[in-house]
Amino acid sequence: MSNQIVVPFGPQHPVLPEPIHLDLVLEDERVVEAVPTIGYVHRGLEKLVEKRDFKDYVLIAERICGICSFTHSVTYCNAIEHIMGIEVPPRAQFIRTIWMEYSRMHSHLLWLGLTADAMGFENLFMNAWRLREEILDDMEATTGGRVIQGSSKVGGIRLDIPDEKLGEMVDHLKSIRPLLEESNRIFTHDQTVRHRMRGLGVLSKEEAWDLGAVGPTARGSGCDMDVRSTGYSAYGELGFKPITFPHGDCLDRCLVRSEEVLAAVDLVERAVAKMPDGPIEEKVKGNPDGEYFAFSEQPRGECMHYVKANGKKNIVRHRVRTPTFTNIPPLVKMLAGIELADVPVVVLTIDPCIGCAER
Amino acid sequence: MPLFTMVKRALANVTGKPATLMYPATPAKQYDVSRGHIVIAIEDCIFCGNCQRHCVSQAIVVDREARTWEIDRLRCIICGVCAEVCPKDCIFIEPDYHPSSVGPVVELVQGPPAPPKVEKKAKTEE
Ligand code: SF4
Ligand code: SF4
Repeated sequence: MSNQIVVPFGPQHPVLPEPIHLDLVLEDERVVEAVPTIGYVHRGLEKLVEKRDFKDYVLIAERICGICSFTHSVTYCNAIEHIMGIEVPPRAQFIRTIWMEYSRMHSHLLWLGLTADAMGFENLFMNAWRLREEILDDMEATTGGRVIQGSSKVGGIRLDIPDEKLGEMVDHLKSIRPLLEESNRIFTHDQTVRHRMRGLGVLSKEEAWDLGAVGPTARGSGCDMDVRSTGYSAYGELGFKPITFPHGDCLDRCLVRSEEVLAAVDLVERAVAKMPDGPIEEKVKGNPDGEYFAFSEQPRGECMHYVKANGKKNIVRHRVRTPTFTNIPPLVKMLAGIELADVPVVVLTIDPCIGCAER
Repeated sequence: MPLFTMVKRALANVTGKPATLMYPATPAKQYDVSRGHIVIAIEDCIFCGNCQRHCVSQAIVVDREARTWEIDRLRCIICGVCAEVCPKDCIFIEPDYHPSSVGPVVELVQGPPAPPKVEKKAKTEE
């Protein structure tokens, strides 16, 4: 095959918000193989756990990712709380769930905007980001941070949301719901979107399962896989059902996310309706001793935090496996056989977040 | 149908007000709990160094001898740990952002002279 050429894609590319490098082996315009390379933004955050108090480290764990930030801190807290046998008060669990669903909304809206942008649909891009801003406003009003909330702590949460504010949040969500539905309709029915994404980058259910796809990438291929079904935090009490789509192409991965935005609105409404009263944190005494794997469902998929402690105030080992990392093998599979011009859209549909994949 | 939804949006965008703010000419949105920047009430500080020990990004340097408290604004990630651990509650989080800058911004706050030794003597006598 002498007429094969290699085209480098990334680490700097207009559609990539973060640096991942792909060597695309092309035959004419068709991709035969893609060889991924990561390692451009390693920050050594895991190592820092040995130098910081385990309670202060929550804030560093949160900064692993700039979008799924809150979920990272909650997962780390879950791990420590399990090791230390801390019972987190129900109100704290519910409020954590609300904030996690808000993160999901803003992450998915960000992604929907980026995808519209990758397709050249600028109007839709602006529209999605404007809606995201409404979500971020509520986030900042309740936690103090737009994307880095810093409101989770070992044993509970730092800030309570007063009941009136919870009511206001639900009213606000009700008022933007028609706009979210409208933008969903565009993703479902618009000719441009369908033409660009239907049948592109197909990942079958078996392949998704074998290659370890997680999150919307797996659910877009029909795998009924969502850590929220295990009922961590308050999900167990909210009647959560995963959203799946059967085709495994780019459009289905996109629809999973746009549907999840509305599902997150529902979850927040249910959580507010069931919100228990009571304290928001449990006193933490002593240091953790033991190890634990904590799982959570981030906007991008299943994330795992492994924590090993030896009874000192510094943790011995913290290891994070992020959804983007597991979604790279499925991505390589999706890329084989598509046209070069479709590569940006397909890469975007796994919602790559390289910052957290490398930490 | 969806085509016309977008046309409606596009028209609203052309005729409406911009959705963005001209920051920093117009101040950014802020709420009571917004984390903008850290300030210290130096009169109350006892220079115990707790904030320095807990600061996750090593932005604070406390000098007990010289009675100074120093913060590197660009290192600080405004996490609020220092405010939480301070025994005298003399660190506060203000909701407005620190102005942007191109170089390191290190602010040194000089504390008032140490209170007269009487107190100390009283303690040692005890
Ligand atoms: S923790 Fe508070 S009292 Fe102690 S040095 Fe820092 S600011 Fe001063
Ligand atoms: S807010 Fe956080 S990073 Fe900033 S000085 Fe305080 S502890 Fe350090």
